[in-house]
Amino acid sequence: MSEAGSLAAAPVARLIDEFHKLPGVGPKTAQRLAYFILRTSADEAHALAQAIIDVKDQITFCSSCQNMTDVDPCSICRSEKRDRTVICVVEEPLDILALERTRFYRGLYHVLHGVISPMDGIGPDDLKVRELIHRLRDGSVREVIMATNPNVEGDATAMYLDRLITPLNVRVTRLARGLAMGADLEYADEVTLTRAIEGRQLV
Amino acid sequence: MPGRAPRIYRTEAVVLKQRRLGEADRIITLYTPQLGKIDAVAKGIRRQTSRKAGHLEQLTLTSLLLAHGQNLDLITQSETVESFLPVREDLQRLASGLYVAELVDRFTELRSENYAVFRLLVETMQRLAVSDTRELAVRYFELHLLSHLGYRPQLRQCVVCRNALEPVANSFSAALGGVVCPECRHANIGLWRLSVPALKVLRLLDRNTFEDAERLRPSTELMTEIETLLRGYVRHLLEKNPRSLDFVEAVRHAGAREPRRTATQTADDDVASVVAPPAGAASQ
Repeated sequence: MSEAGSLAAAPVARLIDEFHKLPGVGPKTAQRLAYFILRTSADEAHALAQAIIDVKDQITFCSSCQNMTDVDPCSICRSEKRDRTVICVVEEPLDILALERTRFYRGLYHVLHGVISPMDGIGPDDLKVRELIHRLRDGSVREVIMATNPNVEGDATAMYLDRLITPLNVRVTRLARGLAMGADLEYADEVTLTRAIEGRQLV
Repeated sequence: MPGRAPRIYRTEAVVLKQRRLGEADRIITLYTPQLGKIDAVAKGIRRQTSRKAGHLEQLTLTSLLLAHGQNLDLITQSETVESFLPVREDLQRLASGLYVAELVDRFTELRSENYAVFRLLVETMQRLAVSDTRELAVRYFELHLLSHLGYRPQLRQCVVCRNALEPVANSFSAALGGVVCPECRHANIGLWRLSVPALKVLRLLDRNTFEDAERLRPSTELMTEIETLLRGYVRHLLEKNPRSLDFVEAVRHAGAREPRRTATQTADDDVASVVAPPAGAASQ
């Protein structure tokens, strides 16, 4: 229990300690949040508490794509409009939101829930790799798009999965990389520029 | 203020690792020639338009401008000197590169200068990028990293009786940091067998430049013996296995990768390349 918490009444101190556990919340912020809750109406406080309970009770992982969902399979996996022959592999559920905002991709997804990070001891067994391979077994998927982040760990993950998936006779592709919108050619690194030249397009 | 050290300094560095800090920043662990290992903050590096991001990727050799900070120094500019692209594009080379970076990170203290380690690190990355003797390059790195840090194994005389070693099967003791002769073997526990050719290869790696050592092509069995021994010595000194070793093992049997291809090639080409015998399968 924090020092500030121990001086307050026990229930308040408990609330402060709970807030303190949240990412990016220090002891002062935790106090402010707790006193804010104290001042709000009982209805609003109950609504917040209920929202937290619901999210823990109702949200599970989709048995197919491993995304977070309140129905299993998730809305994307059960949608009739989706192309079931393409799976896009992402690191985190938030990456799906980013890709969905494009309204361009119409296939399915698979969330790995992490990335191979050898120096942190995170290997393929710590990710949802087995679940991905299982989805490819029935032969209906023609292409897997690797949408892991363009850094050393994302590359390691993509290359490793490529080794596993290619023998299953499924095409493995990787998101193109090159210059970002708003980027500056002068500051681009050699790897990005090399890829950008390789992947040049007709204007 | 008079007499104060300049606020900004310039250095080259190899990026050992990164970890997230707050919303858009990262703490970068660097190995520099004059300062040894340092931690520095790269602000805004996780934003898409960051001018530094691509130049601070793991395993790159980069030229930096840093500002002294209260706690951690701040990276204000960075430009790639060498990106070791072939290392990043091949799974086995990448696994070896990360293992090399992890060993440097684990064996060194912050701000403890060691130019020889910096040189060895850069040279090893270059060897991993071009050499077809990747495994030998990693063994050379392990042995010389330990030597530069004061753990050079005794390969000339018995560490117990100090007598010169005979050309017979000896033993290696990680605890004693060297070779134990057959006479002294009974008095010690935790010894590994060390064959005559393995001792010769170790001495050769120890005494020569990599370019000379590279000419020798030890058999697979011999390479395995040396690898097991050096790995055991590393494990003894670290008191645990390096984490990236699991990944090195996971990709070991997967075979060498052909150069990157575009997505337009057919899947059949790819199957053939995976099924074909690995070109650089010098290991095991």
